[in-house]
Amino acid sequence: MKAYAFSFQRFWALVIKEFIQMRRDRLTFGMMIGIPVMQLILFGFAINADPKHLPTAILCADNSVFSRTLVQALKSSDYFDVVTVATNEARTQHLLDLGDVQFVFNIPEDFGRKLMRGERPKVLLEADATDPVATGNAFSAINNLMITALDRDYKGPLLRLKATPSAVELRIHRKYNPDAITRFNIVPALMGVVLTMTMVVITALAVTRERERGTMENLLSTPAHPAEVMIGKIVPYIVVGYIQVLLIMLVAGFLFQVPILGNPILLLAVALVFIAANLSVGITFSTLAKNQLQAMQMSFFFFLPSILLSGFMFPFRGMPQWAQAVGSVLPLTHFIRIVRGILLKNNGIGETLPHLWPIALFMVVVLSIGLKRYQRTMD
Amino acid sequence: MNGELVIDVEGITKRYGGRPVVNQIGMQVRRGEIYGFLGPNGSGKTTFLRMLCGLLTPDAGKGTCLGFDILSESGEIKKHVGYMTQRFSYYEDLSIEENLDFVARIFGVKDRRHAVDQSLEQLGLTERRRQLAGVLSGGWKQRLALAASLIHDPQLLLLDEPTAGVDPKARRDFWEEIHRLAAQGLTVLITTHYMDEAERCHRLAYIAYGNLLTHGTVQEVIQAARLTTWSVTGDKLYQLEEQLRKLEGVEEVVAFGNTLHVSGRDAGLMQTSLAPFMAGLHKWQPIQPGLEDVFISLMEGAKDNFS
Repeated sequence: MKAYAFSFQRFWALVIKEFIQMRRDRLTFGMMIGIPVMQLILFGFAINADPKHLPTAILCADNSVFSRTLVQALKSSDYFDVVTVATNEARTQHLLDLGDVQFVFNIPEDFGRKLMRGERPKVLLEADATDPVATGNAFSAINNLMITALDRDYKGPLLRLKATPSAVELRIHRKYNPDAITRFNIVPALMGVVLTMTMVVITALAVTRERERGTMENLLSTPAHPAEVMIGKIVPYIVVGYIQVLLIMLVAGFLFQVPILGNPILLLAVALVFIAANLSVGITFSTLAKNQLQAMQMSFFFFLPSILLSGFMFPFRGMPQWAQAVGSVLPLTHFIRIVRGILLKNNGIGETLPHLWPIALFMVVVLSIGLKRYQRTMD
Repeated sequence: MNGELVIDVEGITKRYGGRPVVNQIGMQVRRGEIYGFLGPNGSGKTTFLRMLCGLLTPDAGKGTCLGFDILSESGEIKKHVGYMTQRFSYYEDLSIEENLDFVARIFGVKDRRHAVDQSLEQLGLTERRRQLAGVLSGGWKQRLALAASLIHDPQLLLLDEPTAGVDPKARRDFWEEIHRLAAQGLTVLITTHYMDEAERCHRLAYIAYGNLLTHGTVQEVIQAARLTTWSVTGDKLYQLEEQLRKLEGVEEVVAFGNTLHVSGRDAGLMQTSLAPFMAGLHKWQPIQPGLEDVFISLMEGAKDNFS
């Protein structure tokens, strides 16, 4: 048997057919353009591994000119945005737990007096170090600041203070993750990433498959109510989601030795809201997608910003305002904060709720779009 | 029980984008009847079936199905209707038994296990119950689908082109089953493109482009068409066909192997036009028009008002 020679004509026929089909499937075509553009924008503009303007609270018990100079120096630095000056330590702790501030700068009582006496007073910078990347450069910035900030105040007899390497002792306290172990930050967050990935894709595909194969028509011709069909399809995946959560918690605790300080039951309860939010995204995608390929692409379209803008891979506060705004809409952003908070900071319900309602709101909005679309696909 | 109307609807209309896909169709089907629903592809048959079983809501029209209002009681209708879709719509990644069990659960069949076992036995699939539905051949898939749509003991069976792509033997078995069920009081509404199947129905309706063109028994449909048909045999039929087409009064010329069927509604005009040809070498013979002649004639006539 003689082998067929490669025919340019046949090959070209296929190329043309493939392009026609590509053009027909508008959504796929849009995704082929949209995803690279989105990646370029996200990687090019949104991501910044050197976060600046980190929210800082100042806890100042001293009223000398020196402490005022220090506060001023901090305020004019690129790395610290002083959002509040408090006098109550419980309040600043709460802000750290919530994640509302990255740093608490603590100037103790008698700071000025001790400085003048040459006693090398201590100032304390407490950092929310759950994400070691987010704080690294700020630490070196404040070290430099401490050496030079007070220079102008060393006048007359105080000039001797200039001579010593630094008249002030800076203590840095890395809270929540004292050894700056990256995996303590990544592994808990991974729970959210894994859930997002599987829940959205699986539900989007499961419902689209039912329609693509024609079995949906059959189902709807039975007495099964659309709500029964939907809920019946979702619940098994909630179970799958919980298996994933438990698996990740076990692996995090035993294999990666991630501290589990908070209440695991609280985490499991909160996870339900997060799982439900992702399932609603999946269902809404399935009402928009014509086939499984489109459902897959839509899921990817959702997954990409979730990973990049949520603070999972890159520090949230390193991103420009618009990217933070987009990130704040995504459920993963809030869930990551919740998981890190519960596991690493021993947060309770009080610190969890402020991040829970955005997830619930997101779910309500997405689900109402989905239901509206779902009803339209019936007729 | 006979004579009771299982389907009694009128003026059923469904529009898509302003165009009526089903246009003011009425239908009366009695209990135990096998009612054939015919018409060209895209004529609105499937849409009509979907409206009957509550999958779609009609834009206009009213009526009852099994005594329930089709507009407001579709939930009740669904409980007592078996619907077999055109495309195999059970789960290919579930086994035969699992599919039947699933459907039985959905319909809340009492003594489910027994019902499934019985269904498997009737299908002759008891041995292969654990086989995946996806590996079945077309004929077996069709039998499975029929069994599944019967598992909740429905009173009305809607079959949407159930025998498309099924071999003649399987089709014959299928029809025997349908007649057996109808004798037990099941009402069957079936769409088909096969004329031999149409002839096996108690009554027929023919729709084209959403309009109901005719209905009645096979004889009634043929007579109502008032069609005169001649059969022609001989040589070079193709050339003859071309010539006959152009004649006044000749509405259709269809080749059946070595025979041509020439039909028209105006017998007198046809006679005049055909007279010169009848003197030729071909053999002419008046025949009783078949269903196919009638339907093609109806379809040709209906094309005009479709734009």
